[in-house]
Amino acid sequence: MAEQVRAEMVANVWKVVVAEGDTVDDGDTLVILESMKMEIPVVAESAGTVTQLEVAEGDVVQDGDLICVID
Amino acid sequence: MFDSLLVANRGEIARRILRTAQRMDVKTVVVYSEADAQLPFVAEADEAILIGPGAPAQSYLDAMRVLEAARAAGAAAVHPGYGFLAENAGFARAVADAGLIWVGPSPDAIERMGDKVNARNLMEDAGVPVAAGTREPVGDVDAAVAAAETVGYPLMVKASAGGGGIGMSVARDEAQLRKAFETARTRAERFFGDPAILLERYVEHARHVEVQILGLADGRVVALGERDCSVQRRHQKVVEETPSPGVRAELRERMLAAAVRAGEAVGYVGAGTVECLVDPAAQEFVFLEMNTRLQVEHPITELVTGLDLVELQLRIAGGQDVSDAVGDVAPRGHAVEMRVYAEDPVRFFPAPGTITEWREPAGEGIRVDSGYVAGNVVTPFYDPLLAKLCVHGVDRPDAVQRAREAVAAFEIGGLQNNLPLFTELLAYEPFTSGDYDTGVIDRMRS
Repeated sequence: MAEQVRAEMVANVWKVVVAEGDTVDDGDTLVILESMKMEIPVVAESAGTVTQLEVAEGDVVQDGDLICVID
Repeated sequence: MFDSLLVANRGEIARRILRTAQRMDVKTVVVYSEADAQLPFVAEADEAILIGPGAPAQSYLDAMRVLEAARAAGAAAVHPGYGFLAENAGFARAVADAGLIWVGPSPDAIERMGDKVNARNLMEDAGVPVAAGTREPVGDVDAAVAAAETVGYPLMVKASAGGGGIGMSVARDEAQLRKAFETARTRAERFFGDPAILLERYVEHARHVEVQILGLADGRVVALGERDCSVQRRHQKVVEETPSPGVRAELRERMLAAAVRAGEAVGYVGAGTVECLVDPAAQEFVFLEMNTRLQVEHPITELVTGLDLVELQLRIAGGQDVSDAVGDVAPRGHAVEMRVYAEDPVRFFPAPGTITEWREPAGEGIRVDSGYVAGNVVTPFYDPLLAKLCVHGVDRPDAVQRAREAVAAFEIGGLQNNLPLFTELLAYEPFTSGDYDTGVIDRMRS
């Protein structure tokens, strides 16, 4: 079952740690968002492959926006 | 005294400075970013100049754009507020070089206090107690591990150029130190452009207590009481109170005297804050850092002293003698400040959004310094502070009760905020008894 990783708040994408095709484990950091002077790591909640990456560094994401898909 | 002032800041602190300047008949100018165009401070200033997009680096942190705006508006003086360019010695110098008045201490004092390693050494040499720590910045992780042997665990790892708790963490052993060191270095580089790291012995069960000082034009420094800032989350203050319930009269006297020495050691002029860690059981303290600007929590000092610190800052910068105003200050009653943040009250994660409802409590002993009104959008570009809810009572129980009522009466809709945290804290025995330390929120939640 694919995991859709979504933003939980309005934020700037500070760092994209993974690339499409990367294999990740549960708990791995995928991207680091920044909002209100705080860094918020977005972590994988399942193991798998990053099949889709929807953000780039410098992007602004809204609450609920898709960040990536892990399959 | 000058007749016009540019406020190089935003939100609640810009508004608060405008209030005093306008009362003093000083013409006010603000700069603002595209993201802040709808905020009250822009409308309330006599003149507002758009200086760039929301990202701070291209607006509020861009010294050249701020200076250009000051020139264009013909402002005679610049007040930096707190954060942004407030502790940037280069900016303070550029303001003076442009022939404008800088509302703050000398660039030299900012520089000497801005570097934490330097400040610590300077304070030690001036006879102010400091925690065991490194007298030189630590360059790499192996040097940190070696230095830790001498200083001793637990350790506080922090950015020498830092502030606001960013990049700070506690290490209890070598493994934790290695991890903390790398984190601190990355953040120090990113947020402050300077990777220098300082190690200090961590004081367990400490209270964070700071002293408000004011450097007068004639070179004298006076201390205007302390503020207890021990209620913190992520090493950042959430609630402050004065006087500190953990500081007895004899310790207060020593702390205030040390703060005066600290200010005198750097020829401090204007409002500043000497932050200390207090061991309440031993009634001992050590110097932590000095903030060379107006402090976020300055209103509680104003409530108990009746002084207007911004007015004093402006008058001192304008060359006036304010010694009569501060000659015989006797604080009255007890004051508490609660920082109302746009954040999830459980995980303390940022929660930007649109404010659909905003009703501030009002009444005797209540002061609200806010940056927003209903309809405003709170963006992710800046810190999450929405308002400072301050109360003043005849004593601590009275102030705490007033705080409960004020929190209950504050209505904010449309975004998550931390008012529920205050409700919880104001009913939590360690806080209501006054017997708490910087771990109070963690313990309340565990």
